[in-house]
Amino acid sequence: MTPDDIAALLLTLELAGVSTLVLLLLGTPLAWWLARSASRVRFVVEALVALPLVLPPTVLGFYLLIALAPHGPFGATTEALGLPPLAFSFTGLVIGSVFYSLPFVVQPLQEAFRGIGQRPFDVAATLRASPMDRFFTVALPLARPGFLTATVLGFAHTLGEFGVVLMIGGNIPGETQVISIAIYEHVEALDYGRAHVLSAVLLVLSFVLLMTLYAVNRRFARWHL
Amino acid sequence: MALTVERDRFRLEVDLALPGRGVSAIFGASGCGKTTLLRAIAGLEPDVRGRLRVNGEPWQTERHRLAPHRRPLGFVFQEASLFAHLSVRGNLDYGLRRVPRSQRRVPLDQVIRLLGIDGLLERRPGQLSGGERQRVAIARALATSPRLLLMDEPLSALDQARKNEIMPYLESLHDELAIPVLYVSHAIDEVARLADHLVLLDAGRVTASGDAFALFARTDLPLAHDDYAAALILAIVAGHDDRFGLTELDFDGGRFLVPRRQLAVGTRVRLRIIARDVSLVLDRPERTSILNVIPAVVSEIADAGVAQVLVRLDADGTPMLARITRKSASHLQLRPGLRVFAQVKSVAILD
Repeated sequence: MTPDDIAALLLTLELAGVSTLVLLLLGTPLAWWLARSASRVRFVVEALVALPLVLPPTVLGFYLLIALAPHGPFGATTEALGLPPLAFSFTGLVIGSVFYSLPFVVQPLQEAFRGIGQRPFDVAATLRASPMDRFFTVALPLARPGFLTATVLGFAHTLGEFGVVLMIGGNIPGETQVISIAIYEHVEALDYGRAHVLSAVLLVLSFVLLMTLYAVNRRFARWHL
Repeated sequence: MALTVERDRFRLEVDLALPGRGVSAIFGASGCGKTTLLRAIAGLEPDVRGRLRVNGEPWQTERHRLAPHRRPLGFVFQEASLFAHLSVRGNLDYGLRRVPRSQRRVPLDQVIRLLGIDGLLERRPGQLSGGERQRVAIARALATSPRLLLMDEPLSALDQARKNEIMPYLESLHDELAIPVLYVSHAIDEVARLADHLVLLDAGRVTASGDAFALFARTDLPLAHDDYAAALILAIVAGHDDRFGLTELDFDGGRFLVPRRQLAVGTRVRLRIIARDVSLVLDRPERTSILNVIPAVVSEIADAGVAQVLVRLDADGTPMLARITRKSASHLQLRPGLRVFAQVKSVAILD
């Protein structure tokens, strides 16, 4: 691999890591709310969360580009605050990835929270645990398999991101050039050798991640019997 | 307490005062609102209106509702519902850790011994049998030193063998810990064995509430119209007759002889005498195979179906029930105040 390819690989891993972390922090309360709320607007939020599953990434990327552009609603705000522009930056990529991979994190968490049922929370309440206490000592530990699935899917899905990045990140080596875009570049340049190497790395990485997920989840299932 | 819970097709309306000690059983058919009542007392039901005071503390008033985790209660659910992510010890500690040291009155060691779970502490809930799980759940609730223990059919998910395994533990709770218990059940034999006070619930309303022994002997309640209508009698083991292999049980109205049981003299036992097993004669039978003949006075005669009547007897202050045919009642010219002899074919010791 050339230094450029290695830089693209590292950037991809960093992007996936940071995005997954942000997704877990934002997705956990959102999934909790979706799993437990009786609100009438819940279905609207559920549909919004699921949108990235069906939208072409370029559509998502296009809207994000407009929003993050220096004169767009978010771009203007950050510019007014004296912050660096978001479009064509790593931060912009993280924002894009968070939207792009949102359903892959929120949906497993929501399922996991819902699967716990009401009973353990009732039990914990009669054992003097306050609502916050119940969330941390009952909901989080019992949703552990869901967190594992959410983390792996969020991470792996961000690894393979292409369309959104292309729209809002462009192709700046070392800054916004992720692995999928580097592969596209190599193919365009008819450099199949380098495309092969990067593709194989991504394939193996994704496969190992998913295999680990399923293996560990099987252990969890046994442990819960 | 005066509590109202309203649902689409169901309304629970209860106005009750229960004793602050002993076991109060709430008995009724499935769907009568027993579980809802218990959950309302625990604060787990969302739409509860009314007032609730426990041991003088207001848990719910018209204006304020104490959150469930602020109510010093223990709740044992129908299924043990142990936390799957914690060991048995972790489950026991969960509630205990959340109770301030100054409010801990029930030592954990005692609870563990009482429920016989010493050997299980390091296990995972998944490695326990149904009966063991329910014992751990009871211990977990007790470890919080509750001021009131709520039990929602704790035995109904278990088979008969497991029930028999747990019953003695429930009885020892009753005898050893001074914690009032509200016990919900639709199984009359559990109620007969454990209840001091009895509440009958039907379609969301209380049909009767009072001393369990007195309620069992009432002829106007649904209990008496069950096939297993029975009187509950408190007796004391008076001695053993080794020659004939019998145990003598004394109660206020006389003495019963039953096949020998391993019970120490002086032990208090509950007896259940099924109304079907009691027949009446006007003269003391001299030549009969029936051992237990108790003199009594007829106090009430109530219809029990087309062919039968339920006769309530007073054996020197202890009520008993006899179910006999209407024809026999007419033949003997039974009427309140008549002196009779009750021939008791079988006496069940509830233990």
